[in-house]
Order: sequence, then C-alpha cells, then structure tokens
Amino acid sequence: MLGKTANGLFWMFRYLERSENIARLVEAGFRMALTRSQRQGGDWSSVLTTAGLLEQYEAKYSDFENKSVMDFLLRDRTNPSSVLSSMAEARRNARLARTALTREVWEAVNESWLRLSEVLKSPLQDKERIPDILALIRRQSAQVQGAVQGTMLRNDIYDFTRLGTFVERADNTARILDVKYYVLLPSGASVGSSLDNVQWETILRSVSAQQAYRWLHQGEPTASAIAKFLILDTCMPRSLSFCVKEMDLNLRYLNQEYDQVSESSQKVKALQQEMKACTIEDIFESGLHEFIGDFLQRNLAIAGQIETDYRFFA
Amino acid sequence: MKFFNEMMADETSAREPYQIYKEWFDSQNPKALKRKSAEAEAVFRRTGITFNVYGKKDAEERLIPFDIVPRIIGAREWMKLTKGIDQRVRAINAFLHDIYHKQEILKAGRIPQHLIENNEAFLPEMIGVTPPGGVYTHIVGIDIVRTGENEFYVLEDNARTPSGVSYMLENRETMLQMFPDLFAQNRVQQVSDYPHSLRRSLSDCAPSACTGKPVLGVLTPGIHNSAYFEHAFLADQMGAELVEGHDIKIQNGRVCMRTTKGYEPVDVLYRRVDDDYLDPLNFNPDSMLGVPGIMDIYRAGGITIANAPGAGIADDKAIYSYMPEIIEFYTGEKALLENVPTWRCSEADSLAYVLEHLAELVVKEVHGSGGYGMLVGPAASKKEITEFRKKLEARPSNYIAQPTLALSTTPVFTKSELAPRHVDLRPFILVSPNEIKITPGGLTRVAMKEGSLVVNSSQGGGTKDTWVLED
Repeated sequence: MLGKTANGLFWMFRYLERSENIARLVEAGFRMALTRSQRQGGDWSSVLTTAGLLEQYEAKYSDFENKSVMDFLLRDRTNPSSVLSSMAEARRNARLARTALTREVWEAVNESWLRLSEVLKSPLQDKERIPDILALIRRQSAQVQGAVQGTMLRNDIYDFTRLGTFVERADNTARILDVKYYVLLPSGASVGSSLDNVQWETILRSVSAQQAYRWLHQGEPTASAIAKFLILDTCMPRSLSFCVKEMDLNLRYLNQEYDQVSESSQKVKALQQEMKACTIEDIFESGLHEFIGDFLQRNLAIAGQIETDYRFFA
Repeated sequence: MKFFNEMMADETSAREPYQIYKEWFDSQNPKALKRKSAEAEAVFRRTGITFNVYGKKDAEERLIPFDIVPRIIGAREWMKLTKGIDQRVRAINAFLHDIYHKQEILKAGRIPQHLIENNEAFLPEMIGVTPPGGVYTHIVGIDIVRTGENEFYVLEDNARTPSGVSYMLENRETMLQMFPDLFAQNRVQQVSDYPHSLRRSLSDCAPSACTGKPVLGVLTPGIHNSAYFEHAFLADQMGAELVEGHDIKIQNGRVCMRTTKGYEPVDVLYRRVDDDYLDPLNFNPDSMLGVPGIMDIYRAGGITIANAPGAGIADDKAIYSYMPEIIEFYTGEKALLENVPTWRCSEADSLAYVLEHLAELVVKEVHGSGGYGMLVGPAASKKEITEFRKKLEARPSNYIAQPTLALSTTPVFTKSELAPRHVDLRPFILVSPNEIKITPGGLTRVAMKEGSLVVNSSQGGGTKDTWVLED
C-alpha cells in the first residue's frame, strides 16, 4: 500500500470519528442548555474548549447563543472541525484512498457527505430539527463503520482505519476529561462533597455512556467511579484504556504483516503497560489533570510516530 | 440540413437494431421512466462519478448528464467499424515507430517534414527509443461520427490519454441495475471485462527490468484533476496503485513508489499526465506533477510508460489530415474509415477558402481539445465570427477547418417523450504486442441541447450507454 493511501485512510477515519464526537458534544451541550436556564454560556464555552475551538468561536461571536454555537459546531465551513468540515475532509481523504476502500465503504461516506451537506445547508432555525440532525450524524458515521466491518479485508488497510479511529477517540475522551476534570476532583471547590449531577451526566452523555455507566454502577455516581470508567475500563469503547488497547492491537497486526517492530507499536505498548499497572487512586494521587495532560501529549506523539513509521509523507 | 436518425427508419418503424427496444419503450409508462431517469442521477451521485470543471475554483463536482435511452449498434455495422478501427490503430503505431526511427514516410515525401519538426507533440527525446513490446499507444480512443446508413467518419484520434472509459463502464452498470428486463430481451455484448483486459494488455508490455508479476501504477495529476474519478476507478478496477508525482522517486535505476513498507519498484505506469508534465528534468522544469528523471529510466528499459511519451504526434490535428496517406503507407491498404475533409489553414489556398466560408465551417485549434477554442460557424454570431477571423489571420497554421457535418441523431428521453439529439462515439482500443482489442461499443456522447452539435462534457454534453448487439 502507498504511504499516501495509509495517510488517507488514517485521516478519513479520524475525521469521521471527529464529526461523530462533535455531534455528541453538541448533544450534551444542547441538553444542558435546555434543562438549565442559568449559566448557559458557561456550558457552551466548556463544550467549545473541549473541542479546542473556544478562541476561534470568540473571534467570530460575542455571546453563546444556542443558535450561533450550533451553527459554528455543526455547519460552519470556516471552522475546520465543524461536523460539515470534518465530513468534507473525511470524504476528501476517502477519495485519496479510494483504491483501498470497498465500493460499499466509499458509497457510505460519499452518501453521508451528500446527506449532511443537504441537511446542514441552511441555518438551524428550528429547534425541533436538532435532535434529528444529531441522530443523523451519528447514524451516518455508524453506516460507514458498518460497511467497513462487513466488507473490508482484515489487513493493513483495516489496521490504518482503526488506528485513525482510536487515536482520534482517545484524544476526544481525554479532552473531555481535561476540561471537566475539576468536576471529578474529590474536593473540588465548586462542588462540595457530592457530585454536581448535571455536570457528571454531561460528561457521560458526551461520550454516550450514561446508560453503560448505569449498568455497571448502580447507585450514586462517585467521582472516582466515573473517572475510572472513562480512563481505565477496558470494556468501555470510548475509554482511554480501550482506545490504547485497540491501537496496540492494530499496531501489532501491522508488525506481524510487515515483519518488523515499529517504534509506534513500542510507544503504545509502553503506554498500555503503564495504564494497566496503575489504579484510579494512583491517578488521583499524582494529579488527574497532570495525568490527562501527559496522556494527550503521548497520544499526539504516537500519531506522529505512526505517520513516520508508515511513510505517510515523502 | 437533414440528419440521419439512428433509431427510426421512418415516422413509425424503427431501424433493425432498435426494434426490440422501441417495442419495449412504447409499452412503458412515461412517468415510471421519468422516475427511473431521476434514480439514475442519484446512483451516479452516490457512486461519486463526477468531474471537476476547470477554471471554476471550488466549483461543485459536476455530474455528466446521463440519458436512459441506449445508443444501439447492430452486429454487422459494428463489424465494419472494427475493421476500420483496427487498421487505423495499426497504422498509428507503425507511424509512431517510423517517425521516431527512420522517418521513411518523410523521406518518401508523403507528409511534409516541417509538420513533424516544428510540432510540439514531437519529442526528440524519443528518437531511437523503442518502447517495451514495441507498443506506443496502449490505449486509443477513436472519435467517430455518423452521417448516414453507411457513412462513418473519424473525427479525431486520441493517442495520448483518451478519457471517458469509466463512463462507458458505469453507464452499463447503471443500465443493468435499472432495466434488467431490457438485457434479457436484447443480446448486448459485454464491456465489463475492460479493466481486466487493460491490466493484461499493460502487463504484456512490461519492461525488461521487470521480474515476476508486473506491478502497475496509475499516475494521476491529483484529486483536483477533472478526470480524477476515472483515474481512481481504473486503478481500483485493475488492482493498481493510484500514484502522484510526489509518491514516486528514482532508486537504483528503477521508478519506485513510496509504500508503507518503503520504496518499491513500479513496472508499468499508466500515466494520465501529459508529456510536458511527465518529467521536469527532461521536459517542463516547472512541473510538480511528474517524476524527475523518469525519461532516463524509460530509455534504459526500467519502466513502461503508457501511452508512450511522444505518442501525441499521431493525434495532432494537422497530422490528422494526412491519416489516409499514413494508413496507406504502412498497411498498403486504402483507409476503411473515412476522414472528415480538412482544410489546413497553414496552406494559402485553404486559408483563403476557410476565411471566405467561416459561417459554414467548424474551425479547430491544431492542438486543442475538449471543445475549447473552436468555432462552429453555423451556430456562431456575426461578432464571434469576426473575432475568430482575427485569431485565424494572426496564426493560420494553428488552425484546421472542416465542413459542418450532419451528425446523426439518437433519441434522448426528455420529460415525457423521445427527442432526437446529435451524438458521436468514442470506442476504446487496447494495444498489446499480441493483439488489438476493441471493446464493443464505447462512449456515446450526446448534445443535450436541441439542435446542438457540440457533445463535449465540458460544454454541457451528456452520455449514453452504448450497445453493440450480438450477431
């Protein structure tokens, strides 16, 4: 496979994952905005911070009206991380990697782009439409992933699609934790002894895990249980440990197929071993914020190493 | 002007190839057909069969209009055409070999020396070079128009990088999906093995440096090229890598592509990049699309380039007018397919005639393509003719002129009925050392506007599925 093609696959799936994650963040933010009349601006600004877009947003708008934020996050083509921009990039990368995709996968991503650009063509005036649109975004992404599962060979092509997905997902979950970590601190100044219900629910919602969490932890949510769930639970498909486990798996497949031990696979292996060895108590003790910051750095370095190892660029 | 109607023999009865179709059509509900027509467009959009229009930045990718009425050619008509095509393609390859070696045709005075010497399409770098397998034009597209029951003309030869074959294949796929019953009633010759034949044909021309199964690459200018879809489509269908210049470098005397495992040699490069951009070291130094030094590897037998660099000298419009002589010179036979009578504006007498008859003629640039920069006299305004006259007078040798042909029509499906529109045909021909393979049918381009004679997609033309019936 060409290095350029691997790059196209990797980024196609990063952008698909990104559009889905932005939709989840908007969903959580939207719900909060509906359920709480106060502090609306604060909620949206933390959503924007999580997406790494606060500065860009503030350069364009002076307040946090629902309509402006959603326009910016969902359909603004000048925002490179909006759902529409991400889908356009996913499709552009799919075109670059066209020869590595089955017809079904290509058509799924092309159709997603066509559907979403149609639906997101005009400003989101009507609040009724928003849940539908957010559901549509998630469904389109699921359709592409489904076509991948059903039709793609399990070879290096597949490995690069998975790596793109999990590098992006790990980044996203870590960012959510990074922005909201203070909610989870055992004695945060703003929360007192028990957790702020709406806050922790938002965190779970933004990774679509409120239901899964309930299944696993009947009863009161605690800071350490939620943190453990999102960081260390290897059954939870959006947790950091799960993402690292998947990266490790796919890099090991690549090692096998290419008969080599890549540097990126070693980096991931080291990270995985460290995470396996530590408990949530350790993490809290040495600082949740520091842990997340370190994780984001290492995830970034792994993505860069994959790029080098597999010759994405000349 | 009276136009030959390919479907109807008279007011009521269909010509033989169309008889079964006509009966079928008459039994259809126009509303249902209209729905199908819209469905077809959705299929093309979903599949992503689009092209980018040059000169329109950030323009939307456009669909080429597709018409659901097939263009049908009878087995015997086709047989006759293939003989002429085969002869022409053989002559083109013999001509190319000669022109880059002994130039006997020039010595014999059959075509003027200056036409070659001063021609940008002639590449001195190719003198004395014999491409692997002796094949210059691996893929040829011959544009053919029809003016009567037995009157066919070659409008132009495409010996560089003829495009459109993906539409031929996708049009058929779409028709098969939408009208399976039609294919049960009509015995239509298959086109679907084209990618496989192309792969085999290119593999048969592997260079001497190739050991084992030839590795194929399709060289594209990139994602913004108007035909990118086709490049990706063909690479995908052939199991070849789709490469751009920056994916390739020269290593150990081979042309290598950057894979995830390192640089690996390519044996055959099906390039969709023009000669001028192919190699910045040997040709246009500003080119970012090509591979520096690839010509040196080519000359040393390290890679096959399809079509061969310099093949364009054979489809130059000034050379075109000499095709009857070229065919006779190399095959010893009279040309089976006629040329459109052509005035070379470089010749004083012809120029005088052309200037006097601009309103009746079609005038084309010698190196032009895609329907750009041409004058269709009968359709042009007085002002357009006056402006064109100035250009022509300034550089006569840059132009040729032809009579406006009475192009045949086949019907298209408008909102509710059939209406005649002008068409041409581009059959695709694969050349390997062992055989010349002509895919039955080709790409039918159709002028969607009533009365229009311009079928180019860049000028709003559409396409049709083209059927060649079995005998």
